[in-house]
Amino acid sequence: MHDEQLEILDFLRRYPPFAELPEEALQQVARSVDVRYFKAGTRIVEFGEAALAWHVVRSGAVEIFRRNGTLYNRLTEGGYFGEFGLLHRKRVRFPATALEDTLLYLIPEPVFTELFENNEHFADAVEIEDRTRLRQVMSRREDANQLMSATVSVLIGRAPVMLGCRATAIDAARRMSEEGVSSLLIVDEPMAGLAPPRMAGVITDRDIRIRLVAEGLGFDTPVSEIMSCDPVSVEHNQLVFEAMLQMLRNNVHHLPVLKHQRPIGVIALSDLLRYESRNSLFVVSSIFRQRSVDGLAALTGDVRACFSRMVTEDASSRMIGSAMAVIGRSFKQRLLELAEEQLGPPPLPYCFLALGSMARQEQLIVTDQDNALVLDNRFEPARHDDYFKALASFVCDGLARCGYSTCTGGVMATNVKWRQPLRQWQRYFSEWIEQPTPQSLLDSAIFFDLDGVWGETKWVDELQTLIVRKAKGNARFLACMARNALLRTPPLGFFKDFVVESDGRHSGAINLKRRGTAPLSDLIRVHALAIGSLSRNSFERLRDIIDAEILPRGRGQDLHDALEFVSTVRIRNQADDLAAGIDPDNSIEPESLSDFERKSLRDAFLILSHSQKYLKYRYQPGRTA
Amino acid sequence: MLHLGSFQQLQNQTASSALASAETRDWPARFRELAASARDHRLKAFYSAGVASADTPLAAVPLMALDIETTGLDPVRDGIVSIGLVPMRLQRIRASQSRLWIVKPRVPLVEESVSLHGITHSQIESAPDLIDILDDFLAAIAGHVLVVHCRAIERQFLNGALQARIGEAIEFPVIDTMELEARLHRCKPPGLIARLFGGRPLPSIRLAASRRRYGLPRYRLHHALTDALASAELLQAQIAHRFSPETALGELWK
Repeated sequence: MHDEQLEILDFLRRYPPFAELPEEALQQVARSVDVRYFKAGTRIVEFGEAALAWHVVRSGAVEIFRRNGTLYNRLTEGGYFGEFGLLHRKRVRFPATALEDTLLYLIPEPVFTELFENNEHFADAVEIEDRTRLRQVMSRREDANQLMSATVSVLIGRAPVMLGCRATAIDAARRMSEEGVSSLLIVDEPMAGLAPPRMAGVITDRDIRIRLVAEGLGFDTPVSEIMSCDPVSVEHNQLVFEAMLQMLRNNVHHLPVLKHQRPIGVIALSDLLRYESRNSLFVVSSIFRQRSVDGLAALTGDVRACFSRMVTEDASSRMIGSAMAVIGRSFKQRLLELAEEQLGPPPLPYCFLALGSMARQEQLIVTDQDNALVLDNRFEPARHDDYFKALASFVCDGLARCGYSTCTGGVMATNVKWRQPLRQWQRYFSEWIEQPTPQSLLDSAIFFDLDGVWGETKWVDELQTLIVRKAKGNARFLACMARNALLRTPPLGFFKDFVVESDGRHSGAINLKRRGTAPLSDLIRVHALAIGSLSRNSFERLRDIIDAEILPRGRGQDLHDALEFVSTVRIRNQADDLAAGIDPDNSIEPESLSDFERKSLRDAFLILSHSQKYLKYRYQPGRTA
Repeated sequence: MLHLGSFQQLQNQTASSALASAETRDWPARFRELAASARDHRLKAFYSAGVASADTPLAAVPLMALDIETTGLDPVRDGIVSIGLVPMRLQRIRASQSRLWIVKPRVPLVEESVSLHGITHSQIESAPDLIDILDDFLAAIAGHVLVVHCRAIERQFLNGALQARIGEAIEFPVIDTMELEARLHRCKPPGLIARLFGGRPLPSIRLAASRRRYGLPRYRLHHALTDALASAELLQAQIAHRFSPETALGELWK
């Protein structure tokens, strides 16, 4: 029995791995601590020497290195190191040096091992596999906002009630009464025993009233004549929230749910009410009620308020990104409607494209407008371009007034280069993919995230099919894309109130978009192109990538967690800026981060850094994918 | 340890002894003499354990940080209330082997010192007399060179307590971290300019201030174990900055 050093006990109590320990365990740890002082510049442990103790920094600062001598981490008061060596072969894995005069508390290996094995909180806190810790963080968060992040499939209570398209109105009415439903899915008559039926349309109580009875048609009218064809539908893995926006946008109260294009259920607006997030619905409906650009511009405050409320409600980054994208999309759609009212109907069909973060549904409030116009192949500049130029100006100017700053890279429909007929777009993509150069792809990467907002959106599907066909397995193209995806790297982590770079330099702030979310989505895009994924959202792309099994086991989930965490911090920072009345941006000062956020961000940066190395390895020029 | 009114005098004693030529005492020989002459069997055992010789490199010396909390500063009128020990080597402070004794002084407790040490009357009322723990204490420090901050207090009080209880004095070598600071900050007489203009006040060589200079954390002092640990850390820092593991023990001890 030895006597207690109160200073040691009180110090340990203040720091996360110990704070959660039961008092008795904590005292036991405190009684086991030995102490050592290191002058600035002296080596604390060497690579390969026996790992005898776990080190906690009592005061001063310590630098941890990789075996190859590059900086791995920089720690200050309350930081700890040496767990990796203790848990693996009991040899020091990362050499450490005192950066300042440093006092260390040494916890002997047996005490550390016992704590690690018997105390879950402690093990979670010091877990050496950075990714595991982030996973735990993210799953705790996901539990917390389960309601906000639920997908449509959770709402499906029963299999859809279906009827073949050759049935009559009276068959439909009887079936609906028998089943007690207010809508029926109408499907192609399946060829006996072959593929499951494809959805042809929907029929509701209302259709029977308005399209049959009121029109005086006979009860034996085929359902195909009174149904709504090609109804709006949702995919089973879309968020509940997105389904709600769909209903609102299209003014329907029932939505068929599809999985691989087959109906698996129907959801009604009433099903959604308990998941409701009125905020963005309110903004979207306001957008469509506006009669002028002035009216739209006046909604900027509502958009920001909606963003802030979603953050307060603990919505996931995916949900916020998608809500902001829907709002951005609605602005574009309404502006295009207003433009067509003012300029008259378009001389040729066209499609308005959203690019970049909006196409990926990862938009936040600080965002450029990245857009383009795809025109009908009959387009003749001399005859038609005056109209489309005016249309583009109307929309882009309008967007700028609504808070979407003009794109510094000139990726806007007002730029004649990005206002071209479909065949020219096909040529652009073919050139980018078939004759890639890092420079040409640097400017064009943004076009590989594209979404049709208005007009002939099927052209976007055509372009996307072309991209997938040409890009998949194209080693040269993928190598160029991969090279560009490595241009922006994450920092190493945080030290005191600084951001630490891998070469040891310090800075006072970090741009979380440029150093975090952007390189993550760049990297995910390369893998998505490599496997021919048609998804646009980074999380969906990741799911495709995980399914394709091209990443080392577990790494896909790590990337998911890293993206979610960095996005969350970025979003919260913007919400804090808004609350403080500052113009939000993507720059974060370390002093505004909690210890927990610093630790988790560093974990995310490590994952990004590892993933970039893997990307570089996987897509080497000349290597066949 | 206590920092009351006459602390300045103790510091001055320390400073002046630093100025005096280094004592070159042959402690192992002195211990052999004392082992022969001591009457008390506990003291005899303590001296018989011997002590490192002056030429031993610091890295090889078993050290023991010691702090004594007392009811006041007068070794005659005041008594010891607690003793803290932290064994150490140059490479590591064995805080895990810390020992603390609370003892009942033979003089009444003054209110202010009670609050300073965080030791209550009832703890002291139920504590043993120093004589009852003397065996344990001497066995713990035997064979070690003691490390203290301000050796006058520890030496005088231990001496006084032993004189009163067993009628014998005790002698031992110490490394005094305060004296090591004094060497740095108090040994040069102020220059002419400094004397003319009053100069800068001398840096404090008290424990907290000395620790701060080496980047050591702030501790809540005046607990025997905390102070012993604080002195132990200070010694490691002083050696790391100003000496080396090969430095001979004789350069530091008194």
